[in-house]
Amino acid sequence: MSLYVDIRKDLGGFRLRVTFEAGQEVMGILGASGCGKSMTLCCIAGVEKPDWGRIVLDKTVWFDSERGINLPPQKRKAGLLFQNYALFPHMTVEQNLMTGLRAAERDQRKARAAAEEMMDRFCLTGLRRHRPPQLSGGQQQRAALARILLARPKVLMLDEPFSALDGYLRWKLEMELMDILGEFDGPTLFVSHNRDEIYRLCHRACVMDHGTSTPPSSVKAVFEKPQTLSACLISGCKNYSEAERDGGEGQGTRLYARDWGVSLDCGERVPKDAAYIGVRSHYIRLVRDGERKELLNSVECRICRIVEDVFHMIVMVRPLSAPFDSDRGQLRLEMPKTLWQEYAGQSQAKEGDTVWIRIAPEDILVLKM
Amino acid sequence: MDWYPLWNSLRIALISGVIVFFTGIAAAYYISRLNRVVKGILDVILTLPLVLPPTVVGYFLLLFLGNRRPLGMWFFEHLGVRLVMTWYSGVFAAAAVAFPLMYRTARGAFESFDETLAFAGQTLGLSGTYIFWRIRMPACRQGILAGAVLAFARALGEYGATSMLAGYTPGRTATISTTVYQLWRTDQGDLAFRWVMVNMAISAAVLLAVNLLEQKSRDKRRERTGSGELSLPGGEG
Repeated sequence: MSLYVDIRKDLGGFRLRVTFEAGQEVMGILGASGCGKSMTLCCIAGVEKPDWGRIVLDKTVWFDSERGINLPPQKRKAGLLFQNYALFPHMTVEQNLMTGLRAAERDQRKARAAAEEMMDRFCLTGLRRHRPPQLSGGQQQRAALARILLARPKVLMLDEPFSALDGYLRWKLEMELMDILGEFDGPTLFVSHNRDEIYRLCHRACVMDHGTSTPPSSVKAVFEKPQTLSACLISGCKNYSEAERDGGEGQGTRLYARDWGVSLDCGERVPKDAAYIGVRSHYIRLVRDGERKELLNSVECRICRIVEDVFHMIVMVRPLSAPFDSDRGQLRLEMPKTLWQEYAGQSQAKEGDTVWIRIAPEDILVLKM
Repeated sequence: MDWYPLWNSLRIALISGVIVFFTGIAAAYYISRLNRVVKGILDVILTLPLVLPPTVVGYFLLLFLGNRRPLGMWFFEHLGVRLVMTWYSGVFAAAAVAFPLMYRTARGAFESFDETLAFAGQTLGLSGTYIFWRIRMPACRQGILAGAVLAFARALGEYGATSMLAGYTPGRTATISTTVYQLWRTDQGDLAFRWVMVNMAISAAVLLAVNLLEQKSRDKRRERTGSGELSLPGGEG
């Protein structure tokens, strides 16, 4: 089974432009809130209408603006788990599940049996007479998922399924969801603004920024080799600077980071359209005075702030060469506490001191606009 | 004591209540889905009877329904039915005056309805009719019930438009409110007082019924959330 989506829609402030194809896999859509992720799912489900484009599942055309085809949501069979779960508040859990079966199963006896089985599988049997307001967030999610699966969807779409939950419960439900997604037979779209969820649950992912989606690639590639600044930032990168190719020394492998006032070797030829440079805070190393001379890309900085986090130390530094007026002139370093203690124990480093840092060429992210 | 005004008032309020219930809901539903401009214009037109003096509403109704007016004439010539100065003229008057109350409260309820519930219904394959009657209406039932009660109470107490459209003929078009005025005018204060007490009794009964209904649904809700906290079978606990 494969779902092909290529749609445009004017959303007032910006335009939705989404293109991807999803097979028998979990496809992630990563983007900040308000970037058009939910609208994309609504368009695929058929409850919203795109201005232009095509949505095709295998050989069935769900939407085609040129041929004037717009299949109603009832005929598409796209299961959509809404962010607030959208359980019918005046019905019991059992009645809610039965609505999923109304269209899928005409035979009342078979329908009852199917609902019974699903309640069993989702640990809802004891809650059958409860109404949604009585349920916890996790129970609501299970009931909503059970209702969707009873309608026998061909595509499963999850819109920020964990945003209404927190902490331990969130993780527990994530584990449950992994099992359910593993058993589901068809394309699954998973929408989230949380990069960790996407990384853990999805096979491939695309990044959405102001309505525009990037071509999907494996989640590993999305996080290790983001192509654009927005993709880089949403994947969790904390340090970036405007950059331009440095024609000076080397074979076109150097990039000048304007906000930091330093020229860095990227290890390979820098493409013409490079506009930004990014470095993840975990990958910047503090170096001891003795070793710095032999190292490529070492930069002298001043420590602005040392912050102790729950499991990490965060050290904010500013390259001595950074222009005064740059508000991105600071770099964020993160390291395990033991590593920091070892370093600080030797060098007695404190706020205001100068230190040397090193950015390895293979850790540099060369980014387009 | 002649009980005709009581019977006539109740029948007018009930019939106009039913008419207003359905037309108000239909208008509220379709208008809440229109774009802002059209919605604004229609809203003003449909709410006008609420703020206009009932006599002005009666005047407008007479413009259409009067014996020598287009609608009234057509009905009389083709069906031999008079639209004014009969008991059911009171229904027209009461419906026109009570309509905005039903329409506005129902529209408020529809507009606060969480549209994702309807979307969820559609993606589950439920028909539009099912979604309207089994999901949208129950979810909005409090607003709709409140509107229906307000409209019924307003129809029951209608005086201005009724007196213009149906007039006051004892035993034929008299309602409680027109009777009270007539009795007072003709110096029969004692009798007028009795009708006032009847009217008070009905109004109090209606309000009591509404309060009881609300109390009941509130208890039900408290009971629900209460038990939800006590026992969580199969839950995360």
